[in-house]
Amino acid sequence: MADTNKKTLLLSTVLFIALLVVPAILPRFYTYIIASIFVTALLAMSLNLVVGYGGLYQFHHCAFYGVSAYTVALLITKAHVPYWVAFGAGPIAGAIVGYLIGWFCVRLSKLYFGMLQISLGSLIWALAFRWYSLTGGDDGIHGIPVPDFISSTKSSYYFILIVLTISLILMYIIIKSPCGTTLQATRDNPERCEAVGINVRKHQLVALVISTFFAGVSGVLYVILEQSVFPDLLFWVLSLEVFIMCLLGGWFTFAGPIIGAAMMVSLRTFVGVYTEYWTLVLGVLLILLIFFLPEGIMGFFLEKFGAKAPTEDHGGQH
Amino acid sequence: MEAAHAVTFAALGSHLLVGLSRAMILFIVSSGLSFVLGVLRVPNVAHGSLYMIGAFSAYTVFTAVGGQTGFWLALVLAPLVVAAVSFVAERSLFCRLYEREHLMLLLFTFALMLILDDLVKIIWGADYRSIMAPDYFKGSVNIFGSSFPKYNLFLLAAGPVVAVGLWLFTNRTKIGKIARAAAVDREMVGAVGINVSWVFAFAFVLGCFLAGLGGALVAPTVSITLGMDHDIIIEAFLIVTIGGLGNMWGAMVGSLIFGITQSFGVLLWPQFAIVFPYAAVVIVLLARPTGLLKSVW
Repeated sequence: MADTNKKTLLLSTVLFIALLVVPAILPRFYTYIIASIFVTALLAMSLNLVVGYGGLYQFHHCAFYGVSAYTVALLITKAHVPYWVAFGAGPIAGAIVGYLIGWFCVRLSKLYFGMLQISLGSLIWALAFRWYSLTGGDDGIHGIPVPDFISSTKSSYYFILIVLTISLILMYIIIKSPCGTTLQATRDNPERCEAVGINVRKHQLVALVISTFFAGVSGVLYVILEQSVFPDLLFWVLSLEVFIMCLLGGWFTFAGPIIGAAMMVSLRTFVGVYTEYWTLVLGVLLILLIFFLPEGIMGFFLEKFGAKAPTEDHGGQH
Repeated sequence: MEAAHAVTFAALGSHLLVGLSRAMILFIVSSGLSFVLGVLRVPNVAHGSLYMIGAFSAYTVFTAVGGQTGFWLALVLAPLVVAAVSFVAERSLFCRLYEREHLMLLLFTFALMLILDDLVKIIWGADYRSIMAPDYFKGSVNIFGSSFPKYNLFLLAAGPVVAVGLWLFTNRTKIGKIARAAAVDREMVGAVGINVSWVFAFAFVLGCFLAGLGGALVAPTVSITLGMDHDIIIEAFLIVTIGGLGNMWGAMVGSLIFGITQSFGVLLWPQFAIVFPYAAVVIVLLARPTGLLKSVW
């Protein structure tokens, strides 16, 4: 096990260094695509914290991502607060909304949890979509100024890479912490956890707040990269897409959602160049995956190369 | 609050009727979703796409035949087209997944949604389409002192007809009873020698047929376009959840709540009308977390 850990660490370091030199070699367009993969990957990772490790049906994760992006955009364009205050406020707003929605949701189970979250999230979407005077309605907000030193594609790439790396390390530490392992226990056997005196709901709520905080971080990165926000960021279709990224990459592995996000974004970009029917290609690919790689791409490789057998029962009966 | 509208009895009445007729469309679509959810226990994400295919098929039949016959033929054929599509998808791929992890079934319906949406784009293109109801459904009648479109009256009648039909079907026919039994205890149904896989196929196709019927019925009242599936699917899911999963009458109650709050929202606060039904769903779920009526699970 120690050997695999060392290998993974070495691999991650090599990958990180490789990603550092990417903007120097690749053209600007590819730098941008990789940066947007980073943003999406962080969103998918934060979702996986509650879906993969917590077993919760987090069906409207993008609500928190969008709330954070809108908070940053509104604070900068309307309230003219300093950039760093706005960037800090985004994830905090995401986590606060996450706490409020989560407080209601953890009282319900499985599908009902997901449905309540979709309706509460849709409320936020409807507000952003209709409140023209504040949010610009379906046009969104464009040309959001960002500090000079992260305004170019290259510099924002580095900033996003560094924030992503720090976030991933933090998430990894959280998952391996006692709180994280308890969360996984509540996923696998909530009744027994309750019996030994673990407050299941409290752990789920804490996980939800942490997860929505990181979704918020991803929302801030989105604003830095795109310098615009629009209501689709809060729409449930995007939430479903992110959910699918976790399943696609393998949702019981740490790195799975990153692979899923990378696949989804590159498919959209590169297949989208050749045909406008890229979702058709994605659909066919998904069906192939369902039939041939049920554990997701990452899960498949882990199984194949024997690092760790994927868990069998993961509380997904319904 | 923008209460500039004079909230008169007449305005209330006409909004109520508009809300009710919207509720009937929602009921037809969400009862199909509920039926699939009840028997197969799969939230069929592709349900909205099938509704959209229903509307587009109705358009094709209507333009090919035209006139009054075209309208009625579209109403009959469009749901059958949708049923055929879902039958092919179910028998060729979906039925092989029943033994698998539950989220995989959800993932499959998502993939199906992606594929169907693009197929609609390939076949019908991204233009706005519309069809016309027959002459006797055109214009409006005076009810409560305000005008009310005649076609909406037709919808008001269609909803209960479908409800009664569905009720008779699930309670009075053998296959319907088997499907209901499978919803409650599928192992037992298998144990008494019934081919559960075909029961599932039947339930899936019937549910999708209702989506297609909803799409065909709504076609004369909206512009038929790509993306019309996104709103209906989320609404149908919420309706099914607040009504009680798999409960047909629950779908009716949920649709009424959704349709009426939506139309009164327009009356009270037009800009944020869209917020009202979602808020109603939140209130219902907080008061009764497992839905208003008994879930079949």
